Amino acid sequence: MEQEEIKLMKGNEAIAHAAIRAGIDGYFGYPITPQSEVLETLEELMPWETTGMVVLQAESEVAAINMVYGGAATGKAVMTSSSSPGVSLKQEGISYIAAAELPALIVNVMRGGPGLGTIQPSQADYFQATKGGGHGDYRLIVLSPATVQEMADFVGLGMDLSFKYRVPSMILADGVVGQMMEKVVLPPVRPRRTEAEIAEQCPWAATGKNGRSHRNVVTSLEMEPDKMEKNNERLQERYREIEANEVRYQEYFTEDAEYLIVAFGSVARICLKAIEDARAEGLKIGLIRPITLWPFPTEEIARLGKQVKGILTVELNAGQMIEDVRLAVGNELPVHHFGRMGGIVPNPNEVIDALKKHFKI
Amino acid sequence: MKEEIVIAGFGGQGVLSMGKILAYAGLMNDLEVTWMPAYGPEQRGGTANVTVILSDAPISSPVLDKYDTAVILNQQSLDKFESKVKPGGTLIYDPYGIHHAPTRTDIKVVAVDAMDAALKMNNTKTYNMILLGALLKQRPIVPTEAVIKGLRKTLPERHHHLIPLNEEAIKAGMALC
Amino acid sequence: MNPNDIIKPENLVYSRPRLLDERNTHYCPGCSHGVVHRLMAELIDEMGLEDKTIGVAPVGCAVFAYNYIDVDWVEAAHGRAPAVATALNRLNPDKFVFTYQGDGDLAAIGTAETIHAANRGENIVIVFINNAIYGMTGGQMAPTTLLGQKTATTPYGRRADLNGFPIKIGDILAGLDGTCYVTRQAVHTPAAVRKTKAALKKAIQNALDKKGTSVVEVVSTCNSGWKLSPAKSNQWMEENMFAKYPLGDLKNV
Repeated sequence: MEQEEIKLMKGNEAIAHAAIRAGIDGYFGYPITPQSEVLETLEELMPWETTGMVVLQAESEVAAINMVYGGAATGKAVMTSSSSPGVSLKQEGISYIAAAELPALIVNVMRGGPGLGTIQPSQADYFQATKGGGHGDYRLIVLSPATVQEMADFVGLGMDLSFKYRVPSMILADGVVGQMMEKVVLPPVRPRRTEAEIAEQCPWAATGKNGRSHRNVVTSLEMEPDKMEKNNERLQERYREIEANEVRYQEYFTEDAEYLIVAFGSVARICLKAIEDARAEGLKIGLIRPITLWPFPTEEIARLGKQVKGILTVELNAGQMIEDVRLAVGNELPVHHFGRMGGIVPNPNEVIDALKKHFKI
Repeated sequence: MKEEIVIAGFGGQGVLSMGKILAYAGLMNDLEVTWMPAYGPEQRGGTANVTVILSDAPISSPVLDKYDTAVILNQQSLDKFESKVKPGGTLIYDPYGIHHAPTRTDIKVVAVDAMDAALKMNNTKTYNMILLGALLKQRPIVPTEAVIKGLRKTLPERHHHLIPLNEEAIKAGMALC
Repeated sequence: MNPNDIIKPENLVYSRPRLLDERNTHYCPGCSHGVVHRLMAELIDEMGLEDKTIGVAPVGCAVFAYNYIDVDWVEAAHGRAPAVATALNRLNPDKFVFTYQGDGDLAAIGTAETIHAANRGENIVIVFINNAIYGMTGGQMAPTTLLGQKTATTPYGRRADLNGFPIKIGDILAGLDGTCYVTRQAVHTPAAVRKTKAALKKAIQNALDKKGTSVVEVVSTCNSGWKLSPAKSNQWMEENMFAKYPLGDLKNV
């Protein structure tokens, strides 16, 4: 009964509830608007009294991500959350986590930048999230929620994918999904893994030798370049595997579409409303919403690119995802960008106006 | 059924919580709901607004530029949102502190002396509930019982003794228009 | 006399600790790291902690500590060892967690992590090698470099007006409510080594007893960085370092 209950909550609160229910072992965070409700909700729910989950307010985002690194090194399911300026601070740790092949979940509820910027919604960290962010050649599995339900669902999904591939996952949300309330069915309760399960599933974990004849060392350091190249090749092979298996997206009205909008996160919903209005006017517009921003739905967009006369990407930034869309469809098809920046969220009308302007319809 | 509502006023007038109670009432009535605040420092005295959508079908955009109904609590909000009410829509406002009344004739404009009523009830905290009553009178999108259930959900247990007062305020608001 | 006649277990007075790897370290001859590694390896074995120890290696000369002491390790980013150790211990409270850090790692880039882990009273041991110089990167100024001390980045000697003062981080940590034991030791004489071992043992026991954070600062030599012979380095340390960083307990509750 409890598992079926429909709740009304903010996206940030949903992440906190879902983390406890998904059997997360530890959360390490630092307050920053517009995502502080994640830490606040966890502290209020006191999961250490129920599931034994550790919740800690760190002294900085830098410390928080290194706590995630430490927890992950012992095979535990650990996560952090922050917003854009804080996620920039975490990049060092994220690079180490990726290099040490550790599972972890990072949530970024994006706000307007660059710099301290604004606290209003933005998607300007697309490049940072999907192209690496920190130093070195690495990728994150990047999930883009558009609903509060997905905020809840992607906690478990992100952690599962991360453990499956030993590649860190990121939920790249925007301030709209973080701050809005809507209905959510919280995911079923999964117990935290036992020490025995961790020992079995994570033979690499630094848990103390526990009778092992060899020691486990979690490190990203390798002094010999030929060995480091091999480490890189192993990571790249895994990234190709993820690209082959984990692309997720949603299509709307694409069957007869003459023009295509590509948008992610809450913006995809604004575009969907715009398309509903435009279709009432007889404009045949479709929408593809990448759910995984990396791996990117390149093939699907290429397929739709052959069908439509043009593509408009709509983003809360100056045009970042558009580069991946262009890579998907090549130079033949006109691809335009419409975006608002600095924390401004466009309304559906603006989207249609931009589409009409760019394609002269 | 789909109702797209904006509630706008000063921070501290109960704009966000009025929206929240409405959203919970929608939830109690098995509707799809979104509650999207214009969040930020506005919470502390500046202008505050929240978009609430109630629908019997899944809701696409939580961000809107046109509304079926606007509940307006100050002049700045009136200036901002009067033009954004759909033709045939409803604008509910409290004349208290309004210097330039709404001028549109293609929408239904309803003045509700909610601040006066709240002062008469000797409790200005009932202000937003009076307006909610007026909204529900004009746009009966959810039954009052659902609102009371919503209140039970939003209010911490220690404040449940205030529910009868809130119910009274809703009824007072309904009687005002 | 045939030496093999006296190589018998009953005559053994000194050997490589079981948990110290049988390989040459990358440390310079005369460096204090080897001695402190040895003490940790001895104590982990003697206290029966081989199976439950997780060490956190720093960035600096001791980055390869995980190559020498045969327990599980996590290699931290520069300065972040106390944050890493915090999570290791919070998520695995029945394990023994220690960090092993140099002065740059602990008292410059990682000052915030060090102070806050200690202030939270994390049940960990921080082993702090203070040799007043950056050894790994080639002898640059450390936060603990003495005034007047020449380094690669203070070629004319450290000046307070340009470079600030040597930081007595041990005293700062001793002032925090979260620490239960802060001591400053050295390993330049057999007697000093014995005292350091006793200090490390006490610190480890504190962690096991969940008494809070223990910090064992070991005032150390870096003969390569200091450009002195090992013997001269010991002498220089006694004459200069001990004046600024006097040995003894700073806090013991």
